[in-house]
Amino acid sequence: MAHRWTNTLTHSDITPHRAFLNRRQVMAGLAAGVGLAGIGRAAQAADALEPNSYEDITQYNNFYEFGTGKTDPARNAHTLTTSPWKVTIDGMVDKPGDYSMESIMEAMTIEERIYRFRCVEAWSMVIPWNGFELADLLTMAGVQSDAKYVAFETANRPDEMPGVRFPALDWPYVEGLRLDEAMHPLTIMATGIFGKPIPNQNGAPMRLVVPWKYGFKSIKSIVRITLTDQEPPTSWNKANAREYGFYSNVNPEVSHPRWSQASERAVGGGLFARRQPTLMFNGYEKEVAALYDGMDLKTNF
Amino acid sequence: MDRIKDQINANARRVPTWAVYILCLLPAPYFFYLAVTGSLGPDPVKPLEHKYGELALQLLIAGLCITPLRQHLGINLIKFRRSLGVLAFTYAAFHLLIWAVLDVQSLGRVIEDVIKRPYITIGMAGFALLLPLAITSNNYSVRKLGPTWRKLHKLTYPAVLLGGVHYIWLVKGIQIEPLIYLAVILGLLALRYWPKRRARSPA
Repeated sequence: MAHRWTNTLTHSDITPHRAFLNRRQVMAGLAAGVGLAGIGRAAQAADALEPNSYEDITQYNNFYEFGTGKTDPARNAHTLTTSPWKVTIDGMVDKPGDYSMESIMEAMTIEERIYRFRCVEAWSMVIPWNGFELADLLTMAGVQSDAKYVAFETANRPDEMPGVRFPALDWPYVEGLRLDEAMHPLTIMATGIFGKPIPNQNGAPMRLVVPWKYGFKSIKSIVRITLTDQEPPTSWNKANAREYGFYSNVNPEVSHPRWSQASERAVGGGLFARRQPTLMFNGYEKEVAALYDGMDLKTNF
Repeated sequence: MDRIKDQINANARRVPTWAVYILCLLPAPYFFYLAVTGSLGPDPVKPLEHKYGELALQLLIAGLCITPLRQHLGINLIKFRRSLGVLAFTYAAFHLLIWAVLDVQSLGRVIEDVIKRPYITIGMAGFALLLPLAITSNNYSVRKLGPTWRKLHKLTYPAVLLGGVHYIWLVKGIQIEPLIYLAVILGLLALRYWPKRRARSPA
């Protein structure tokens, strides 16, 4: 299992976010004059991957099980019971069964991953996740050789999730990956943000993070993982197949039917921020492009 | 019931239309201020854009209420109808401006979106229908156009319908709020074909 070398320094060991920004502002201010300081900061933010604030990340969410507004999850998700929590791993695995969250956390090595996060709605954040590679969890359960896909399912609890009382989507929320996507080292199960346990509104106690795909692929509050040889159904694809494909890789050249995906609004930039160009595979092209060699990304959107 | 009605009518006579303009325009700078200061969340462009669009739709709906209120309940607020229409147009224009300037940020892409994306085409069509109504919202035009003016201003009906459909179409998944708006719009339009109060009571 995992237990590879990991960084022992955490986010709290580096320059505090605000001080970091202030220092940059001062430097940019010296270089470009006070009036241009903001612009210098915005330009640098794009390449330096500065995380969004904890507040932005935890107060601005899409988690329709708790309401369709961006602030609904932060307001409503406190009702979700995340402990005890068990995850059923079944299908084409050697050791199917119910795994308690504690047993999973014991077996996995938690590390920090600072990833870009690109929502299909054309906004983006940078998020310092804590978590483990999904490959490690799947290896623990023992993937059988004929498995080709991984299906995921979110908890569906009308008593604890006010949003599922209304059919905004066909509940429970389901997602899926091809096995090679799931086993890719960039694909993680996140259990924390900024070194703190992941808040309910972000998908506690465990959610998927696939940084080169649109955010809705990164399914939250997972209760079931099924290894299968069939492409699993996915919630947004079921809701609107014309707009949301199985792959949903971030791709600036393939528009959503209702808006362009060529650029994005960086959350936290304020009312007058310039849009940023969206990067192919959300900036992870070098790492993941090979997964899709020879595939037409326009038809397999 | 008649006492309440008379009271409302008497009060309405005392309220000057400029007061309605000022009251209904206040949300514009207020929400802009909230957006600038971060009170609309970390991604303020969308909420501000949506707020202005919603206000435009609400004002259009308020304008649609005037006639049925008079015909069915005898409440006469007709002097406010023009202000509500002009205000609705103003908010639709704000909504469009925020979208084009602060959200899309490129004239080329605005044009592309209007042509290529049906829900934006529909919204834009609704706005285009409001344009001649806003231009002819003055006494001079009413006199000059005569009966044509009344006919022309029936364009409000398709305009508000387009606004309602635009709202349903822009959200992801099935959401209840835009459906309520469209139901209210359809209800108010249907009332136009309902027997009038006076026609029902025997002479």
